[in-house]
Amino acid sequence: MTLEFILGHLNYWLFIILMMTGFYIVVSRGNYVKKIVGLNIFQVSVFMFYISIGKVQGGTAPIFPVDLNIDPNVVYSNPLPHVLILTAIVVGVATTALGLALVVRIREEYGSIEEDDILEIEQHIQAEENSEHGSAMGGRA
Amino acid sequence: MATPASSAVLTFTEHLPLLAVAVPLLTAPFCVLFGNRNIAWLLAGLASIASCLFSLHLLLQVIDGDIISYHLGGWAPPLGIEYRIDAANAFVLFLISGISSIVIPYARRSIAHEIRLASQTLFYCCYLLCFAGLLGVVATGDAFNVFVFLEISSLSTYVLIAMGAERDKRALTAAYDYLIMGTIGATFFVIGIGFLYMATGTLNMADMAVRIADLEGNRTVQAGFAFVVVGMGLKAAIYPMHLWLPRAYTFAPSVVTVFLAATATKAAIYVLMRFMFSVYQPSFMFETHTLTWIIIPLAVLAMFAASLIAVFQQDLKRLLAYSSVAQVGYMILGIGLLNVTGLTASIIHLFNHGITKGALFMVTGAFVMRKGSSFCDNLAGLGKQMPITSGAFVISGLSLIGVPGTAGFISKWLLVTSALEKGWWWMAILIVGSSLLAIIYVWKIVEILYFKEAPEGNTAKEVPYSMLIPMWVLASVCIISGIDTDLTYAAAKAAADGLLGAGVVR
Repeated sequence: MTLEFILGHLNYWLFIILMMTGFYIVVSRGNYVKKIVGLNIFQVSVFMFYISIGKVQGGTAPIFPVDLNIDPNVVYSNPLPHVLILTAIVVGVATTALGLALVVRIREEYGSIEEDDILEIEQHIQAEENSEHGSAMGGRA
Repeated sequence: MATPASSAVLTFTEHLPLLAVAVPLLTAPFCVLFGNRNIAWLLAGLASIASCLFSLHLLLQVIDGDIISYHLGGWAPPLGIEYRIDAANAFVLFLISGISSIVIPYARRSIAHEIRLASQTLFYCCYLLCFAGLLGVVATGDAFNVFVFLEISSLSTYVLIAMGAERDKRALTAAYDYLIMGTIGATFFVIGIGFLYMATGTLNMADMAVRIADLEGNRTVQAGFAFVVVGMGLKAAIYPMHLWLPRAYTFAPSVVTVFLAATATKAAIYVLMRFMFSVYQPSFMFETHTLTWIIIPLAVLAMFAASLIAVFQQDLKRLLAYSSVAQVGYMILGIGLLNVTGLTASIIHLFNHGITKGALFMVTGAFVMRKGSSFCDNLAGLGKQMPITSGAFVISGLSLIGVPGTAGFISKWLLVTSALEKGWWWMAILIVGSSLLAIIYVWKIVEILYFKEAPEGNTAKEVPYSMLIPMWVLASVCIISGIDTDLTYAAAKAAADGLLGAGVVR
């Protein structure tokens, strides 16, 4: 793996680092809002990846002149990945909004947004259910 | 069928591939605009029935192996978005819209019982969006379009699951967990598509398949495969990636569980099939290895581990959810066996399991309505108090086990045949062996329903006809498609032949 290879794939390295950072936050943090933040970083890394593969070296913005006098020597970047990512950004915003809305409702019901507290409350509910319904079933848990 | 963009006037039937998806999608906002739950219910029902008729019409057109290519907005593929209907997706479209048409009549009373008045209109809106998203995932022939529709259905699914919070607040955390895992799955899928786009320069699946054919050794293509399989595997709840499913199914409102169990994982498995057989070729060594050494072991693990967990559940809803994970195992086992019979078994099991699990969860919903929950000790003696509902449970339970004469038997028979075709007699034993576990958990419930005395002074009356009839329609389809296999087998066979169209592995 030469230095040239590493520098030549710079956008992929950045994409991988950003993606793993986001993924790690989702997995490691117990706070539900922080998890959403991690999820956002994770998604944004993919957006960056898409946009970077649309870049053509020496290419300019893919906009035709108004008079449609197209110079055949001008190189344009590939606009398709950008368009795809516009859609993906909308999806990402919707996911974030819905996720945060759920966190608000969770806070109302549980009084906490920390995974540890919520797991404890849920284990408590489960234990109660087991003692209520399990005993009638001959203690099968 | 392909029409040039210039001929602006297409006949109504030529627009069916789009209409099947667009009608529910466009009906959804009207549900909110009218703001009345009865009108919303009516609109949802009409949209489902319309979609179902369109899908049936499409299925009958393509069952002989034809392909309908619909160009969205008249833009010809590969540049424009194409809806490509062949036997495989017409069959899945028919399953999803058929289930929806049966679920909607059931939904009215069950929803009235489980969701507060103010949210009921919004429920139907979300339901239609989820429905339209699933149909879109299946109908489209454009890889990025799959992602967009997948997210439409997923986002509305999270909302639908969270609506169960009025009965149990754990629905909120279940929906949250599913949101996190579902988004990671969908993002993985997008990364996979990105790699495919890098390697091929196209998003049209048919075009991709052509350009990918001599790129077997390309690592970008291989990485794309891994991302697509893992991303869709999360959505399809393939065994170690199933963690969201039991909680989501348990705490969602009963109707949502019926609909999701019967359709959502099926759409994801369809996408897996589409990518494994239509985009990538099973002749690629990396795909054959993945299927044989990763997918098949996971399938077997799902069949046994998930069934075993199901045996020890005390809540009927959770029991059936784990059983769903096990049944997904059979479907991906059929894919992994890599022959026409195996794939036919897989596709026919999509349908058979859809109707079977739909019926079982409808029964569960009826128990929840009368007893407040579906815990096993609440069900004691209901066989006498609710004989019609319990009867439907027995029939669809038999189908879940795979007793001859029911739908489940056909798919398991084909799976066993497929394993024997490969000479894998031990696999046939494993399939039969895991069905024995299904006998245990179904019998456990039947025993409670019929052989336990109801507690003193505890009575329950039958649920209304609007719930009994849909339940029995599905239960009778379990029997009918177990005896007369013409339509389902022909469609599944045509679908499998179409997917393995290149005839690479036979």
